[in-house]
Amino acid sequence: MRALSVRRSVPRFGAARLVSSISQRSATRVGPLTFGEIDDPEQPGPGWERIDTTLSGICGSDLALAEGRASAYFEDWVSFPFVPGHEIVGTRGDGRRVVIEPVLGHAARDAVPPSPDSAPGDGDDYRHLVTGPLEPGIQTGFCNSTGGGWAPWFWAHDSQIHEIPDALPDEAAVLVEPLAGGIHAAFSVRDALRRGNLLDRGPLVIGVLGAGTMGLATVAALRAHVPEAEVIVGARYPHQFAIARALGAVEVVRSGDLAAAIRRRTGAHVIGRHLSSGAHCLVDAVGSSESISASVSMTRPRGRVVLLGMPADVSLDLTALWHRETELRGCYTYGTETLDDGSSARTFDLAIALAQTTGAERLVSATYPLERHVDALAHAAEAGRRGAVKIAFDLRRGN
Amino acid sequence: MPRPGFVLDVDRSTPPMLFWHGERFSLERLPADRSRVIYPAEPLPGLADPDAAIRQALLQPLDMEPLPSLLHAGMRLTICFDDASLSLPKMRRPDSRQRIIEAVLDMAAEAGVDDVHIIAALGLHRRMHDYELRHVLGDRIFDAFHPSGALYQHDAEDHANLVVLGETDHGEVLEINRRVAESDLVVYANVNQVAMDGGWKSLVTGVASYRCLSHHHNPESLQNTRSLMDRHHSALHHSIWRMGAVLRDSGPKVFQIESTINNDAFPSPFDFLSKREWEWTGRDRATFLATSKALDRTPRRLARRIFHSIEAPYAMTSVQAGFTETVHERTLEHVHAQHIVPVEGQTDILTMGIPFISPYNPESIMNPVLVMCMGLGYLFNMYRGRPLVREGGVVIMTHPTTKEFHPVHHPSYIDFFDEVLADTTDPAEMSQRWERKYAEDEWYRHLYRTGNAYHGVHPFYAWYWGAHGQQWAGRVIIVGGDPATVRRLGFTPASTMDDAFELASEVVGRSPTITHLHVPSVLVADVH
Repeated sequence: MRALSVRRSVPRFGAARLVSSISQRSATRVGPLTFGEIDDPEQPGPGWERIDTTLSGICGSDLALAEGRASAYFEDWVSFPFVPGHEIVGTRGDGRRVVIEPVLGHAARDAVPPSPDSAPGDGDDYRHLVTGPLEPGIQTGFCNSTGGGWAPWFWAHDSQIHEIPDALPDEAAVLVEPLAGGIHAAFSVRDALRRGNLLDRGPLVIGVLGAGTMGLATVAALRAHVPEAEVIVGARYPHQFAIARALGAVEVVRSGDLAAAIRRRTGAHVIGRHLSSGAHCLVDAVGSSESISASVSMTRPRGRVVLLGMPADVSLDLTALWHRETELRGCYTYGTETLDDGSSARTFDLAIALAQTTGAERLVSATYPLERHVDALAHAAEAGRRGAVKIAFDLRRGN
Repeated sequence: MPRPGFVLDVDRSTPPMLFWHGERFSLERLPADRSRVIYPAEPLPGLADPDAAIRQALLQPLDMEPLPSLLHAGMRLTICFDDASLSLPKMRRPDSRQRIIEAVLDMAAEAGVDDVHIIAALGLHRRMHDYELRHVLGDRIFDAFHPSGALYQHDAEDHANLVVLGETDHGEVLEINRRVAESDLVVYANVNQVAMDGGWKSLVTGVASYRCLSHHHNPESLQNTRSLMDRHHSALHHSIWRMGAVLRDSGPKVFQIESTINNDAFPSPFDFLSKREWEWTGRDRATFLATSKALDRTPRRLARRIFHSIEAPYAMTSVQAGFTETVHERTLEHVHAQHIVPVEGQTDILTMGIPFISPYNPESIMNPVLVMCMGLGYLFNMYRGRPLVREGGVVIMTHPTTKEFHPVHHPSYIDFFDEVLADTTDPAEMSQRWERKYAEDEWYRHLYRTGNAYHGVHPFYAWYWGAHGQQWAGRVIIVGGDPATVRRLGFTPASTMDDAFELASEVVGRSPTITHLHVPSVLVADVH
């Protein structure tokens, strides 16, 4: 089949990294991503099902790959060549529509799950990601054995497949995966508030730095799952302001003004470049040196910074983190969330529900056929500037 | 003999008019046969010997005993004085306040008074920098009183040192500085630049608390203040005078000293600013051109520094002392003698150039909120009788109106612009929804009390100051302002004066009458 795939090629990664600062289009052309005929992947085993791709989104981590900016950390956790694409809505053989929970968890790798009803992302040992019947790969879209969403079809394990209701349009369904990431961040926030006995000590202020897809997904998730809190968003582009407000942010300001907005709402003092107190929690949906530093400076001492945006090499002065005893908490994907009453829920189930209630389809700004991947990736890389949020590949008939 | 202010009808031979444009100038040609320009009076002559006049005022006060008879050993004497918001620009040394306070201190020393406090009556304004205190009071007073802590600045948030003196029959609470309230005698040293200042306003606002000020510094009062320069038709002043009666009846004995200054605001090379354009000499034109071109090429920050370094050659035109109300009436006579210009009828469009300075940005930045305050608050209110512009008419200002704020002086202004004006420009709504939050913000309190920041609530007051003009005008246009910033203020941006007239025509028709308020210097139009 004809698909987009990523091959291990140090020169191509290097060339893409070099060129990406000048032209994203050129980076895509010279980088490790290629479009062409690939061998159909073999069925990994029993419990695996062919899924025909309908829509597959372009994520920031995909862009990092195409531009050669991905961290070397992942080299041992992925297997080349692989077909990218982990934000996927597709169809089963019988035509039923599904979304894919891309994490290749214990069940998919014939490993013993941490609990009988655990989600693919659960557990405290990542050995299964590189062992078992599959080649290494943290998710569908990064594993040679399974294929990915940037192809007409791929293999998905039973544990990854979630059927979706008829009322949920494909354009909303393709946002389920990033929404699940936002929900996981929201539950990380809720966990910090609960541990600090802050939930009934309002008003609570949560900052979200960055209003790309993940930032906006987090705003929607916070509104749904931390309704006690006021959410203030630091955004960059006008359309992000409008969408963040529509999703429930009480205030949206320019990213550089987020500290001032949090100061206003919390009544904190400004001490140099830091607030004396600050937001109860802050979600960094950017993941750069500057954003992490700013997040620490805007979060109250002993508060939690949830690092949702995927960082790579960053340079940080951690004195403030040390002095303020800030908790810097990574937030990768999703799994099972613990609710206030002690019961649990699968993040993906919560995300499917949220996609329906928030009108997530409004976040899909444009779709492209695989053949126009250079345009698609350029659009995704410049999404903010071009007034877009989510760019996706459309593999429905006729595309 | 200085010429009085007058109204010039513009015809085809009238040269272009000078407009302030922040730290720059522009020349604008006004349409002939339907435009007029109101010029202020030329500076009145100053007192030949101000120190002698001050001494005479202290010895022969109005409706009070001479100052020496009020002074005795063992008493608590407190001297309050106007802060850096007066005069504009700052006057050359020695400042009138220095002259007055030195005379008072000499008499106090002769009487053996040794418990003397000197307090800057800054209300909710920013604390003065030491160099400003030294400029206003002179080296002798500063060096004698500042090191020991006897010279200090009123703190409206020092609740342990505020005292409630009573309540008016309107339920207005008079809460003032404890030292002032518990003094045997309070002497107030005033510089009166406009009719709005002085009288009971000196103490009732200068050493009061936010709670006290909020009774009259609110949208309702300011919308019913017609005008700020006419206290008899000002709801703000009515409230202040009611509080003054409480102070008179329940507070310390007050010995008010008020001084007036003339219109001589700019020294060379800026003295062409005070001249009438058609009387400019070749040298004036050359100076204007050279200054204007140089300013166009000067970075704004540097231009600001140049302008704020100007020291005005103001001369003292009168000084009177004694009972506050009697003194103030005499002061107003002198102020009006310099400022009043009779004007016949209103106009469709009022134009005004907004200068680099207002009472709330000495040594600082004229931020967008202050542009509104200066235009619709101060310049619009330069009238007695009726506003210069008819109700529903258009006000056109010229100013760059950039989104630029002084981070030390105006921290709450920054948030006010970003947060409050993004929500509403309506004074009543912002008062309801936002004022308390800013007034009680601990960070702003901290900066007001320990730094050089205006009180957190001050941008609201600056905005309320323009509430009457905002309500009165059908449209407000700013020529040459940053469009996004101007729109945030609720105004209309225009690139040129002709563009502004075109925009105004949508409100006032194609052949409106136009009146230009010539600034500088200060004038008050007596509109019949």
